[in-house]
Amino acid sequence: MTNFINTYLPNVVANWEGDNGFVVAIWQTLYMTFVSAIFAGIFGIILGILLVVTTDDGITPHKTFYNVLDKLVNLFRSIPFVILLAVIGPFTKLIVGQTIGPKGALVPLIIGTAPFFARQVQLALVEVDHGVIEAAEAMGLSPIKIIFRVYLKEGLPELIRSGTFTTISLIGLTAMAGAVGGGGLGNMAIAVGYQRFENDVTIVSMIFILILVFVIQGIGDLLVRKLEH
Amino acid sequence: MVEKGGIIQLKNIDVTFHNEGKTIEAVKNVSINVNKGDIFGVIGYSGAGKSTLVRVINLLQKPTSGEVIVNDKSLTKLSVKDLRKERKNIGMIFQHFNLMRSLTVFGNVDFPLRDSKLSKQERKEKVDKLLKLVGLDDRSNNYPSQLSGGQKQRVAIARALASDPEILISDEATSALDPKTTTEILKLLGRLNKELGITIVIITHEMDAIKQICNRVAVMEDGALIEEGDLLTIFGSPKKKLTKDFVDTSTQISSVLDEIKESGIAGSISGRLVELNYIGNVTNEPLVVGLYKKFDVEANILFSNIERLQGTTVGIMLFALTGDEDKVSEAIKYLNGLNVNVKEIDIAESEEA
Repeated sequence: MTNFINTYLPNVVANWEGDNGFVVAIWQTLYMTFVSAIFAGIFGIILGILLVVTTDDGITPHKTFYNVLDKLVNLFRSIPFVILLAVIGPFTKLIVGQTIGPKGALVPLIIGTAPFFARQVQLALVEVDHGVIEAAEAMGLSPIKIIFRVYLKEGLPELIRSGTFTTISLIGLTAMAGAVGGGGLGNMAIAVGYQRFENDVTIVSMIFILILVFVIQGIGDLLVRKLEH
Repeated sequence: MVEKGGIIQLKNIDVTFHNEGKTIEAVKNVSINVNKGDIFGVIGYSGAGKSTLVRVINLLQKPTSGEVIVNDKSLTKLSVKDLRKERKNIGMIFQHFNLMRSLTVFGNVDFPLRDSKLSKQERKEKVDKLLKLVGLDDRSNNYPSQLSGGQKQRVAIARALASDPEILISDEATSALDPKTTTEILKLLGRLNKELGITIVIITHEMDAIKQICNRVAVMEDGALIEEGDLLTIFGSPKKKLTKDFVDTSTQISSVLDEIKESGIAGSISGRLVELNYIGNVTNEPLVVGLYKKFDVEANILFSNIERLQGTTVGIMLFALTGDEDKVSEAIKYLNGLNVNVKEIDIAESEEA
């Protein structure tokens, strides 16, 4: 086994440890993915709920608020991520003090993902049976209770499905952010593997990313299966 | 028509929707008074505005104008918070049950109790009691997806009763169920009315459902209330055409008349065709024998339907009367004198109509 690795993946071995090695890159990718997923998740859920409740037939309709939020979400969703990275540079610096490295990638990752997830949350919650919402209103539940006890409870399997989907596309974005200075496996694949013609590094980077994707998908599917009745 | 002081009083309710420049008057100047303990039925075809009207009772639908008084409180004047409190006094069940998929039967019935001051143990006892009341105490750990339609509606009824409401609104609650299950659910509602004294408002498009449990009926057409009264009056002597149509579909007399026309046996029926409607105990008199003995008129029974509504007999019959012309006329007069509503039917004429 050791022999096989030394023969076919010489550059992977050479780049395994150290500040720019695989171990660090894997941690950086995990860090970028999960920290952004948590923040984008929180913002996305809040924005998604606001979109659902303020729409015309929502539980607290508000035309102006809905229209403004709807347009904003669309606007941010339309900016290509590579451009977003560059455009919000000064803002990133203001928030985390740096624009490079995994920390510098967090701000654009969150801003790039939250509106996308907000839309997913909106779609998931709109699917919640309107009749159940009406029944809850008839029982005298306040809007805030309807959000927590009906929307989020009934929409949970669908929310997890969109969350899984969003996290996977977020891994794709971390790779892109990595290539422009964020570090992580994306940086490894491009800066080391591609630009130095060390193909084994590129392939192994890709395999690690694929493993991460499969694990997240698996956990998501498992949770959904447990929750759906 | 509107008496004072009912548990539900709707006064001059208008509901108007504006949709893409079009104005739809869903409910037009409807006033209803439901007394405590009533089972009040609202019947009409879909689009008649009956669903919109009952949603006005708990203000799920805000009326464009008019007043809603429930339990002597004017709901239209309450703050949002007070309105929510009043809503707990009005249970509601729906055509599609509207249960939470993510909760078990127990969880669904417990759902409205989570805001109550009851302890966990008290809540459990209450839910168990409610499930027993609707006959589902053995299904408390099942999810709604594992239940039949009738069972789901029973869970919904238990849930609606959890906050001890004085009023129960049933919005087409039996329309998605088969006839046998419909009867079971209606019987359950009737029992709840008797045992708990709960006032029930039912909306439906099926006269059969009304007939089985309601004591008062309102008929709606195009957003307006066209006829209202107690069940026997509406059933025995409907005034408006739509009301009569509903009664006819329920007694099946119209399909019998159609059958007579289509089968071509109309020509072979001799004598005069009369439709008899009566309420009460006329049936105790042997009508057919009486007609023969008194007037020498033979009554050929083409159709007969006798039902017990609210403990009173309501009958409808179709006779072909043959005999001496004058005698037949006398016989009809005699029937009229017995409090029987007699209507002569001209098959050929009704065919053109």
